[in-house]
Amino acid sequence: MYQGRYAQRMRSLWSQLEPLLPLVSKPIQYVGGELNSSVKDWGSAEVRWALMYPDAYEVGLPNQGIMILYEVLNEMDGVLAERTYAIWPDLEKLMRENGVPQFTVDGHRSVADFDLLGISFSTELGYTNMLSALDLAQIPLATAERTIDHPIVIAGGHAAFNPEPIAEFIDCAVLGDGEEAVIKITKIVREWKSLGRPGGRDGVLQRLAAAGGIYVPRFYDVEYLPDGRIKRVTPNRSDVPYRVSKHTVMDLDEWPYPKQPLVPLAETVHERMSVEIFRGCTRGCRFCQAGMITRPVRERSITGVAEMVQRGLDATGFAEVGLLSLSSADHSEIAEIAKGLADRYEGSNIGLSLPSTRVDAFNIDLANELTRNGRRSGLTFAPEGGSERMRKVINKMVTEDDLINTVRTAYQNGWRQVKLYFMCGLPTEEDDDVLQIAVLAKRVIDAGRQATGGKDIRCTVSIGGFVPKPHTPFQWAAQCDHETIDHRLKLLRAAVQGDRRYSKNIGFRYHDGKPSAIEGLLSRGDRRVGKVILTAWQRGQRFDGWSEHFSYDRWAQAAADVFADSPISLDWFTTRERLETEVLPWDHLDSGLDKEWLWSDWQESLAGGEVDDCRWSPCFDCGVCPSMGTEIQVGPTGKSIPLMPTSSLARS
Amino acid sequence: MDAPHQQEPVVQRLRLKYAKRGRLRFTSHRDFARAFERALRRAQVPIAYSSGFSPHPRISYANAAPTGVASEAEYLEIALKAVAEPEVVRSRLDAALPLGLDLVEVVEARTPDFAARLEASLWQLELPGVARESVSAAIGAVLAEHEVMVERLTKDGVRRFDARGAICTLFLGENLGGDVAIAGERPLSVILNAVVRNGSPSVRPDDLLVALRVVAGLVPTSPTFVTRLAQGPLDASGNVADPFDHDRE
Repeated sequence: MYQGRYAQRMRSLWSQLEPLLPLVSKPIQYVGGELNSSVKDWGSAEVRWALMYPDAYEVGLPNQGIMILYEVLNEMDGVLAERTYAIWPDLEKLMRENGVPQFTVDGHRSVADFDLLGISFSTELGYTNMLSALDLAQIPLATAERTIDHPIVIAGGHAAFNPEPIAEFIDCAVLGDGEEAVIKITKIVREWKSLGRPGGRDGVLQRLAAAGGIYVPRFYDVEYLPDGRIKRVTPNRSDVPYRVSKHTVMDLDEWPYPKQPLVPLAETVHERMSVEIFRGCTRGCRFCQAGMITRPVRERSITGVAEMVQRGLDATGFAEVGLLSLSSADHSEIAEIAKGLADRYEGSNIGLSLPSTRVDAFNIDLANELTRNGRRSGLTFAPEGGSERMRKVINKMVTEDDLINTVRTAYQNGWRQVKLYFMCGLPTEEDDDVLQIAVLAKRVIDAGRQATGGKDIRCTVSIGGFVPKPHTPFQWAAQCDHETIDHRLKLLRAAVQGDRRYSKNIGFRYHDGKPSAIEGLLSRGDRRVGKVILTAWQRGQRFDGWSEHFSYDRWAQAAADVFADSPISLDWFTTRERLETEVLPWDHLDSGLDKEWLWSDWQESLAGGEVDDCRWSPCFDCGVCPSMGTEIQVGPTGKSIPLMPTSSLARS
Repeated sequence: MDAPHQQEPVVQRLRLKYAKRGRLRFTSHRDFARAFERALRRAQVPIAYSSGFSPHPRISYANAAPTGVASEAEYLEIALKAVAEPEVVRSRLDAALPLGLDLVEVVEARTPDFAARLEASLWQLELPGVARESVSAAIGAVLAEHEVMVERLTKDGVRRFDARGAICTLFLGENLGGDVAIAGERPLSVILNAVVRNGSPSVRPDDLLVALRVVAGLVPTSPTFVTRLAQGPLDASGNVADPFDHDRE
């Protein structure tokens, strides 16, 4: 019996999948075989991971988190990792009709046959896709119904800092950086298996929960007050911590991953190689969950960056290198990195890009180095708040004059298009704050016309709805209702388009406010939101990040049905301001940030007070370093990038 | 702003034959083109670039097989800014591309008008769930017609055109190679070979299947596995010849 089952498990699903592929769109996304991917021997692996990015392949493949963990795990002896992505509805339908389960793209093995299924949630919009994958994999959706033979389902990524809405569906959540965490989990699972799986499923979960940095929701009980708020969250067994703390990787130079970045055949959202030049951010933008939960700043050294770029280019053949971080121009040696790389790759048609640049950190010499052998088409800045007052509230300390000066210099140096990103619905925002975006955009056009003497200037304004996130000073804030957001965007649109001198030069991109309301529900929800997710998914909700698949009405109806006859509602989770004493659903998950500091920063925000960056000014006691035992790691190192001889196949 | 960098001149042209095998037959032409450009960089082939603000590598593609169709005979030409050994380019590019996109042969271009030499294709269609006799009868029925109108759904709507005119020959075959060994478990199939003229309107393997259905009611039970076995000039006896013949010494 066991033999037979094992033989069946070994088999690839490819021959079942292959006849379906000519019938679906973009079949290449399901075939695997990407450059630098690997298929290790199934039989000789002791611990087998399926890693999922819960969105379409074109979005999921370039994800750095999955790529790093895939490589770290596959480097380990006796450990195997394969990847799986969300399946588009056309193939999902055919798979259901033909009984083909959720598969990995590497070995085309059934996801249910792995020991672990790790899912990386960059956002909450992947929750419904997780349910599709579990269901297709024939893994029970509810953790309580899984047996010892089902994979352990682990959530990671930024959304894992409040996994309560999916607590019913995941066995555990990993808080913080994943590199060392997956190695730790692998060791625990390997030992548990070698001992004959003592204690069954709870046995391994208990070992994981005791190891630190891993949250097992089922070992914690939530009690509620009659008004719907949480009364308390307490462990229901003695051998797990009261609060689970995040894990932080120190010294990025010791983790130069991905060394062999995956190169897809299919077109994906980023056709470039990425090198993470630092992790964490202490700029202190109050809306930014990423900046809050990834502290402290840890830089990769200039030489570490240069080695990763060279090795990555050799391994992939990409023509563009993105220097990634939350605010790349803030690296202590960014000028030296940009110049060193531009010198090294001079004449090779290799492009460099710096995706996240702050207005105040922008430097024209840096921008010139980055575009030395490319076009100067567009520059992107994110002032986020339209008015100076708003920017103080969110602690994005950029003055209007800073922005205009920067833009003027850019136009003088050959750029012709500027993109500006803003948010609408920020705390304390009024109509005038949003209308100020139009004033700013017009000043940008004026500056461009003055600098170039020409009329051919473009400014594109992109606006997103603000969603308050856990572990930020805005975690207590009332989310702006979608009607107000839509009203303000309408006013802004009229202000931009009503002025003929500018209307042709200013592009306006925005989404309506409804998706943000659902994202808000999923972000700050508690365990009771799980039933809403399940209901929306059962009614067909998938691919929430795609406007053609997202249905606000379906979500709102699911929430109304699930929360009927209870004190809570979609609005209760989103537009309700929380008080200082309220127990928040994620309070037992420790990102290192001191809740008292977060609260005082929230109050400071309402008073328009600003906080400096602790890289350049004294510690402001956010709490992370002392509680997590970490420290800021920044240069300068004073080192430089040596030139390299470029070789070629030319006959000499 | 500075004038765009002037690129180095072309000193050599190479013609490449490559295969699209197994699961990578689902690679679209656009996917292949991106992968090929990356492979050129990884293999450090001294590819020439076009001049201008947005330089592009000088690559000429010809007659790509449809997505989902395997091929043993795809062709393209590249221009180099330094002279390179064709066999070294072949092995380095082959190593730089994923297994399944395989460089078969590289020759130095010694003659003009290469694209025009890719006159016809030899296709191999594996038809599952049909009897050899009915395929044989269907072949006879199609060849007996002077015109077989078929419809194809394109992005501009349904297009109607004659598929018969481009067909040179249809014949039953043994397995002629392709990547049958790599793909493994496929249903037992009758092999239909077809020599079809490239050109306009381009008649693709799908159109042949429609023709067989329209004329003789032949319908395979599951998707057909198709391989392009050869591409080149039509010789006097109606066979597809090797388009590199003129470039070899």
